[in-house]
Amino acid sequence: MAQTSTERSKDKLLAPDKISVAMTVNGAEARLHVSPWTTLLDALRDHLDLTGTKKGCDHGQCGACTVLVDGRRVNSCLTLAVMKDGADITTIEGLAANDALHPLQQAFIDHDAFQCGYCTPGQICSAAGLIAEGKAKSADEIRELMSGNICRCGAYPNIVAAIQQAMGMMGGKS
Amino acid sequence: MINFGYARANDVADAVRMISADPTAKFIAGGTNLVDLMKQDVERPSRLIDISRLPLRSVEETADGGLRIGALVPNSDLAYHPLIEQRYPLLASAILAGASQQLRNMASTGGNLLQRTRCAYFYDTVTPCNKREPGSGCSAIGGINRIHAILGASEDCIATHPSDMCVALAALDAKVRVTGPAGERVMAFADFHRLPGNTPQTDTNLHPNEIVTAVELPARGFAANYSYLKIRDRLSYAFALVSIAAALELEGGTIKEARLALGGVAHRPWRDTAAEATLRGQPANQASFARAADLLLRDAKGYEHNAFKIELARRGIVRTLTQAAQATPQSQSAKKIR
Repeated sequence: MAQTSTERSKDKLLAPDKISVAMTVNGAEARLHVSPWTTLLDALRDHLDLTGTKKGCDHGQCGACTVLVDGRRVNSCLTLAVMKDGADITTIEGLAANDALHPLQQAFIDHDAFQCGYCTPGQICSAAGLIAEGKAKSADEIRELMSGNICRCGAYPNIVAAIQQAMGMMGGKS
Repeated sequence: MINFGYARANDVADAVRMISADPTAKFIAGGTNLVDLMKQDVERPSRLIDISRLPLRSVEETADGGLRIGALVPNSDLAYHPLIEQRYPLLASAILAGASQQLRNMASTGGNLLQRTRCAYFYDTVTPCNKREPGSGCSAIGGINRIHAILGASEDCIATHPSDMCVALAALDAKVRVTGPAGERVMAFADFHRLPGNTPQTDTNLHPNEIVTAVELPARGFAANYSYLKIRDRLSYAFALVSIAAALELEGGTIKEARLALGGVAHRPWRDTAAEATLRGQPANQASFARAADLLLRDAKGYEHNAFKIELARRGIVRTLTQAAQATPQSQSAKKIR
């Protein structure tokens, strides 16, 4: 007997099995059961309720989704969660130590380094990665190495000033 | 994104076996281009084979005085590697001219070679594109073609290769080491990428079941006289309209050896050995550089929106060779062009 169209579409929708993934997220062990196509961004926001990391363009062009994976800044929207089994992830929620803001968080407040704030978690995680890399010294170098984070409110001068303040306070360490 | 399966390869032989068994599967390493193309429905693999954990992450010195760069070395690690900074600063500079630091942290050496064009019609699945859908036509030729090719294009495709790193690798005469079901082979960099012809769906001469395992650099690094100049619509984090990699070996004021390759102008990194040959034995001055630029651009052809690239390339070549000759390479952070 011929398949009905409903049966055919069911066949088409048969999804590959979900995969178990273990990660350390902001210092805590996280166990996830994700589809192969679940991005790290969606895993953080939808599976772990860590909505500080933002979905901007979802194509690696804006930097709003920036998180640290094993200490390195990456675009979580272009990262598949299944590929990060065993990784150590830090998001904006994991930067502060108990009640004390991270120096970058304090510096962004001090310098009014945002307007709408949507790009800010990505900017701060990216800046934490930049300080850990230790390659940027001058304002030109900060601008260049922060170019993967777009701020449509145009808070760039204040963002650069905030990063310079935090860099001075942290002695170049993240 | 369509649904797809996922498997992890344990070693290179395993990866080749897995890809050979499933013609609809694709390798994934950094994923910066592939995941994006999958979100756009341009790439629709049935399964991803994760090669990101293969042991291809080292940079090693070779017996002939060169370097072997593992295919999974991230772009950022390569740009900041001490041996690359000291001996191949042209390569370090070109890598830092591309993408953002986040993307460079993710993107692999092998994947950089295999990234697809950023032609907007290739990404737009409702318009014809011979590269995406062979035989459907080229929307760019009569469309918006500001970013498109001026050299080596065909009636079927005027897309450009988007890499900066590959422009430096072409100039440096790199080699690409690949492994497939028939074993290992080494390709000259000039033979790796291809021109579109009437089969623009094929970007490279890599065989379907082969994997890139390493990129090899010869001993000659042109560390004293080089420059990478990238011209684009904004100062950072944009693809090249025209980019130029120039490297010289000078004896007094005379050019002993020259390398010249362009990005953003063709379906592959555009190296012109005839233009290089006209520079050898000549004084390192503006007149020599202009002659080389004219020769390199002899067959350049502009379309409705990109004809400006021909003059931009001509001036860029002269400027970049001048920067190389004066040992004042273009900075990738201080953007003023001197």
